[in-house]
Amino acid sequence: MERKIRVLVAKPGLDSHDRGAKVVARALRDAGMEVIYTGLRQTPDQIAEAALQEDVDVVGISILSGAHRVLVPRIVERLRELGLSDVLVVVGGIIPPDDVPFLLERGVAAVFGPGSSTADIVAFIEEYVQKVRA
Amino acid sequence: MAGNTRTGTGNDTVDTTTTISGLPIKPLYEPADLSGFDYERDLGRPGEFPFTRGVYPTMYRGRRWTMREFSGFGTAEQTNARFKYLISEGETGLSTAFDFPTLLGYDSDHPMALGEVGKLGVAIDSLRDMEILFDGIPLDQVTTSMTINAPAAILWAMYLVVAEKQGVPWDKVGGTIQNDILKEYIAQNTYVFPPEPSMRLIVDTFEFGTKHVPKWNTISVSGYHIREAGSTAVQELAFTLADGMEYVRWGIARGLDVDAFAPRLSFFFNAHNEFFEEIAKYRAARRIWAHVMRDEFGAKNARSWLCRFHTQTAGVSLTAQQPENNVVRVTLQALAAVLGGTQSLHTNSMDEALALPSEKAVRIALRTQQIIADESGVANTIDPLAGSYFVEALTNQMEAGAKDYFRRIDELGGVIPAIEKQFFQREIAEAAYRYQREVQAGRRVIVGVNRYQVDEPISIPLLQVDEAVQEAQIKRVQEVRRTRDNTEVRSRLAALRDAARGSGNLMYPILEAVRAYATLGEIMDTLREVFGEYHAPPVF
Repeated sequence: MERKIRVLVAKPGLDSHDRGAKVVARALRDAGMEVIYTGLRQTPDQIAEAALQEDVDVVGISILSGAHRVLVPRIVERLRELGLSDVLVVVGGIIPPDDVPFLLERGVAAVFGPGSSTADIVAFIEEYVQKVRA
Repeated sequence: MAGNTRTGTGNDTVDTTTTISGLPIKPLYEPADLSGFDYERDLGRPGEFPFTRGVYPTMYRGRRWTMREFSGFGTAEQTNARFKYLISEGETGLSTAFDFPTLLGYDSDHPMALGEVGKLGVAIDSLRDMEILFDGIPLDQVTTSMTINAPAAILWAMYLVVAEKQGVPWDKVGGTIQNDILKEYIAQNTYVFPPEPSMRLIVDTFEFGTKHVPKWNTISVSGYHIREAGSTAVQELAFTLADGMEYVRWGIARGLDVDAFAPRLSFFFNAHNEFFEEIAKYRAARRIWAHVMRDEFGAKNARSWLCRFHTQTAGVSLTAQQPENNVVRVTLQALAAVLGGTQSLHTNSMDEALALPSEKAVRIALRTQQIIADESGVANTIDPLAGSYFVEALTNQMEAGAKDYFRRIDELGGVIPAIEKQFFQREIAEAAYRYQREVQAGRRVIVGVNRYQVDEPISIPLLQVDEAVQEAQIKRVQEVRRTRDNTEVRSRLAALRDAARGSGNLMYPILEAVRAYATLGEIMDTLREVFGEYHAPPVF
């Protein structure tokens, strides 16, 4: 049987807004994925380390604090350093439209802003993982 | 789904039989819905028990609500300029947003502060920043609300020292510190210390305020963040008032006279989309609180019975799509708060699903309040919806729902045990997830998101806080550490450490540390050493 998709839902920095992270985590679990939630106040290093330890296919970063331009690229870099280049990185939260290309250029696969449907997030992840495993 | 009606032009099945919170509502309310209704007992006149109609006899005829726009970004200089701009545009009270490092008690050069400095609020590291923040703003002529919780006592001490330096005596200083740690554990997550020492600090501020700063609201018991985290209206009402009761119990347990500190307790509610449900919530809050304070806690001073509250429109209801539509949402939400008798109001800016508010966006938000206050006429008659079969029935429904939760919380052993059992957190997460599924199924409409979408780029100017703020802030805090009397700082922090190990009121040693320019991070680290830190399990 094929291994279930494993997702790390991560809250980097000091951001305390966790409604979106929890809703997405539940939606991914209900879609049949295995979801690990880091909890709050995680450094980029801690998040990358957790991705390694938990052997995940996907890291979902939730950030509403405005620190995305600093923290997200660090997570991506750290994942690469740990040899996790094919782990899918997606971002959700409050991201001004002008910052989206900045994140995409630095290795983020997609940014899901306010109003995103969890069904779209599930579909995006499933499609990616199928491609990687094919 | 049973009981739903098909409406609208699409194929969606929109739920018209329940409120956004899932409370069942009928298409028509009649006298039978208010059987047993007793005007004197259930409503009373405004300014009279049980205050359902409002906390003051003349309400907005006597004084308008305070227009208070929550502001803070970048450095103290930038936020000071925003404060002055808002005052010049007719704002009547200040409200300070602090950045995450400040909220969590880290200095701007702490490794955890990386990328966060000045982003979601103003960065305050020491008294020096606070002096700049209120430079040129006479603290006897404006009241200031500060959204600060775990380090509330410290930021309040900084504010009081600034007043002192301006020559303003503390009994002339008015304002509010949020100082509500229970809802941090429940929903907002900016806790630092475990519950017990956190509650001690809060009671210290009650005691200190009663003696020295009589016009200060020493707490703003907040439902706002509970609602933003996804709760229903009834949960917001119930959890907030349950928290309020817990603070009163702790104050009484300290040996304080309830009538000495209870008049300075204030509240803070959300104004969400479901118009009548929100109005009913505010009315029910006043009635429940009056009864609780008089009948359960035996308060005799009529001011102890008042549920005075601030309201903020629902940030979470704002859409990134077609952001101009948010002006309309905010108008309706603000109208509900005014019809519900709020004492002060923050209206969100249309761009807040994308960034912190730009100057133009916040001006429109302030104008929204001014239009409601000065053009619409709604403020000229007190509690105009009283006697409406629907509004009174809904008010009763809200009250019954809240009391049901009070019983469940009691069964769990009270608020703090319920927090430790993750009761509130699970209830809220459940409600948030249910709402998300309802939106995705089309049972709840969000205009521009699941209906009436347009495919167009978002083109409103957004405020940006650049990374240079962190560098400037680090420079300043390091300069403060270099130029102050460090022997004095060490001795003040040592005195604070000793006091924290004992049982005395910590406001006094905190004030001394602040005066010596000890930084927020240093003071918080001193308390962390004694109190430890609280960690919540990552459940979802």
